[in-house]
Amino acid sequence: MSAYGRMHRKEDARFIRGRGTYTDDVNLPGMLHGAVLRSPHAHAAIVSIDTSAAEAHPKVKAVITGETLAGLRLAWMPTLSGDTQAVLATDKVRFQGQEVAFVVAEDRYAARDALELIDVEYEPLPAVVDARRALDEDAPVIRDDLDGKADNHIFDWQAGDKAATDAIFERAQVTVAQDMLYPRVHPAPLETCGAVADFDRVTGKLTVWCPTQAPHAHRTLYAMVAGIPEHKIRVISPDIGGGFGNKVGIYPGYVCAIVGSIVTGRPVKWMEDRSENLMSTSFARDYHMHGEIAATRDGRIQAIRVKVLADHGAFNGTAQPTKYPAGFFHVFTGSYDLAAAHCEVTGVYTNKAPGGVAYACSFRVTEAVYLVERLVDVLAVELDMDPAELRMRNLLKPGQFPYTSPTGWEYDSGDYPRTLRLALDMAGYDKLRAEQADRRAAGGPLMGIGISFFTEAVGAGPRKHMDILGLGMADGAELRVHPTGKAVLRVSCQSQGQGHETTFAQIVAQELGMSPGDVEVVHGDTDQTPFGLGTYGSRSTPVSGAATAMVARKVRERARVVASAMLEASPEDLEWAEGRWAVRGDPATGKSMAEIALAAHSGLELPEGVEGHLDAVCVYNPPNLTYPFGAYVCVVDVDPGTGQVKVRRFVAVDDCGVRINPMIVEGQIHGGLADGVGMALMQLMAFDEEGNHLGASFMDYLLPTAVECPSWELGETVTPSPHHPIGAKGVGESATVGSPAAVVNAVVDALRPYGVRHADMPLTPANVWLTIQGRPFRTDLAIP
Amino acid sequence: MMITVTVNGQAHTRDVEPRMLLVHFLRDELRLTGTHWGCDTSNCGVCVVHLDGTPVKSCSVLAVMADGHEVTTVEGLERDGELDTVQKGFVECHGLQCGFCTPGMMLTARWLLDRDPDPSEAEIREAISGQLCRCTGYENIVRSVRWAAESEAAS
Ligand code: FES
Ligand code: FES
Repeated sequence: MSAYGRMHRKEDARFIRGRGTYTDDVNLPGMLHGAVLRSPHAHAAIVSIDTSAAEAHPKVKAVITGETLAGLRLAWMPTLSGDTQAVLATDKVRFQGQEVAFVVAEDRYAARDALELIDVEYEPLPAVVDARRALDEDAPVIRDDLDGKADNHIFDWQAGDKAATDAIFERAQVTVAQDMLYPRVHPAPLETCGAVADFDRVTGKLTVWCPTQAPHAHRTLYAMVAGIPEHKIRVISPDIGGGFGNKVGIYPGYVCAIVGSIVTGRPVKWMEDRSENLMSTSFARDYHMHGEIAATRDGRIQAIRVKVLADHGAFNGTAQPTKYPAGFFHVFTGSYDLAAAHCEVTGVYTNKAPGGVAYACSFRVTEAVYLVERLVDVLAVELDMDPAELRMRNLLKPGQFPYTSPTGWEYDSGDYPRTLRLALDMAGYDKLRAEQADRRAAGGPLMGIGISFFTEAVGAGPRKHMDILGLGMADGAELRVHPTGKAVLRVSCQSQGQGHETTFAQIVAQELGMSPGDVEVVHGDTDQTPFGLGTYGSRSTPVSGAATAMVARKVRERARVVASAMLEASPEDLEWAEGRWAVRGDPATGKSMAEIALAAHSGLELPEGVEGHLDAVCVYNPPNLTYPFGAYVCVVDVDPGTGQVKVRRFVAVDDCGVRINPMIVEGQIHGGLADGVGMALMQLMAFDEEGNHLGASFMDYLLPTAVECPSWELGETVTPSPHHPIGAKGVGESATVGSPAAVVNAVVDALRPYGVRHADMPLTPANVWLTIQGRPFRTDLAIP
Repeated sequence: MMITVTVNGQAHTRDVEPRMLLVHFLRDELRLTGTHWGCDTSNCGVCVVHLDGTPVKSCSVLAVMADGHEVTTVEGLERDGELDTVQKGFVECHGLQCGFCTPGMMLTARWLLDRDPDPSEAEIREAISGQLCRCTGYENIVRSVRWAAESEAAS
């Protein structure tokens, strides 16, 4: 009997009773509360900071400034991209919302009160807000803290074969180019970031509760930053109220809470508010892209080239493998069979919050998918060809896998045409086009149909190619099977709602012939789990899921030896069938894992050299990434009078390989689709010329509600990953990656009667209306 | 200020600052941490509780305003060890992922079903439109509420 399949989640029991434990629910005896004073300016020199009035507040226990931290050599900390970031500003502030001082007080209200009592004198400086001006000769230099830095340039990076690509473009029958912006967005999980730090002066042990997607990486970094020995640090990532990439990095507030606890000798809790979350923690995207596509007149796509200007904010804090400053953006050739491709990416500093890779993006695969899927639609218009037909002609064929892309990726498996065909059938594509033609002929209401076909690269990574700050991207798993046959699995990844306690129990159960109810999954506590890099980039199932299957197989092999002693047969004569070890050809002799476990802990005589018990550990270092894919069709209705877009239907066919718990997989897809609709239509994070953040609350940064979301229509195909132990590919980010392009393609398709070929996200009513008027605006800057 | 608030049937008397929000009263004073906090602007709805039977955003109510009133939080949904049908529906239909929005969603759903035992999909969407969920895309929340409606109709 398979342990895979729809199964209610184990974690629900506590959540539906309000019994989860999120960071803000942690309450320790004697705990103090911290609050961060933030910069009102995007760029300003700090002339002076006077904390005396705050210190005099009767409930204040400590006020920490950059100067205090400098004394502890903690004023700056390393970022995940090897840059440095100010914990508390000393010399100047570099984005609005940057951390300037930290107050520790008896309660959260008093801590906030005391912020008002701190007097900071600033000398405002001109701000770099427009990334396209960041490299101008006369642009103010943001990072004058870096030795000899005289401009705002961070990196130049390229991938692919420039000469071969240019040669194709020179001869191509048709080429089209399109500028497009993937604007800055924020993942905005409903739980904000925060931490509870408890430093025990007697034992020297630091315990930090914080909603981190990567507890082990955090511990190592705290050891490096704060100089506390790693074995004296315990990071507990309790229940997390959504992460989506927002909770990968270490934020200054976490370090402040730790310092606050060290200084006061008491536990300190710091929870940011929503504005702080939106203004200062990891944003995502902010890619200004110029894409070109070359094709034959009959619609054979030959090459793509692209230039990107990447806005990384004031500190280069993107979380991505060291070798790849643009993440996995060079997977932009997408799902098509191209002869050549090339990209150049330039990263710049601006006076905005640091970040860049966050928000369910699989290391910038989101930007890549958006680029190629928009370009293909622009080409379809140029060729006057149906965008479904154009895609079908160019998709990779099943026989081409494993496939090496022009930029060096090794796609593991796929049957793309089947997936696209299913999506088109489910949507009733031909009928939709007929309806659209009728409406257009009759001058009726605007309707658009958008398609997106995506290929993701997830499950980072092969350790020799991928690391974060030198830590190889492998993950551990440890499995104990107790004498009565109940198991405890310990993993390094960390759920933010993905249901690992259920899915991973199902994997163990499947491998060992047990019931998932008999497997407890422990995660999110560095004292209790093996090392690993955590959950982001859709890597839990591809990496930790694989580690789980492998460790269960190790246990199964140990069980085989024990069973052979029980059955007085040689191990080679046993076979694993129906979840039991039995003498080959004699299933009646089968021993279940529970029987074997008891024997393994008993006085049973085992062969020479065989240890007792069944426990095992393993580290999984993926041989390759996995490549989930999917085909999405979005149907929109647009009101030309108001610019309002209504998503009428959304069909999503995902292929993420083997599905362990289809219910959870579908739930993940639903959430990602809502995200895509949000980014495409409403999530606006613009800045004015002074660098003021105009999307710093949920009143301005709009997120989709139940009313803007249609009822999602899902379909599936299953193409197992050949190299993954259970054939799974990962799915957490697929829908967020794939859906924005489908929505934008649909809206642009609806606006085709107005000659519109492209419009940048978010397609708010104002933006759509102005686009219809032929006056599109830049969505990264203040609305005109 | 001394206030007495009845929460999930039990009266609690506390001396609180007049500015204390009801959400903080519930969480910090009474340690009922099932009610969450998620925004500064009354937009997210993870703080929804019932005040005298009506859903309110407890981040937008002062604790002193609840003096002498009855509050029901997620912890009060389960009665005598029996889960509310709405709670069962959320488990049945996978109406939650991270669980952060869930208490507020369930309390609004309970209120809706008490007023309208057979709401349409559109009515459910409308009822929860003042609340955000970042994980589920709302699909399974709507299904959970429908499941609860149907199962209450059948019983
Ligand atoms: S906390 Fe967001 S609405 Fe109350
Ligand atoms: S389940 Fe995570 S916000 Fe709704």
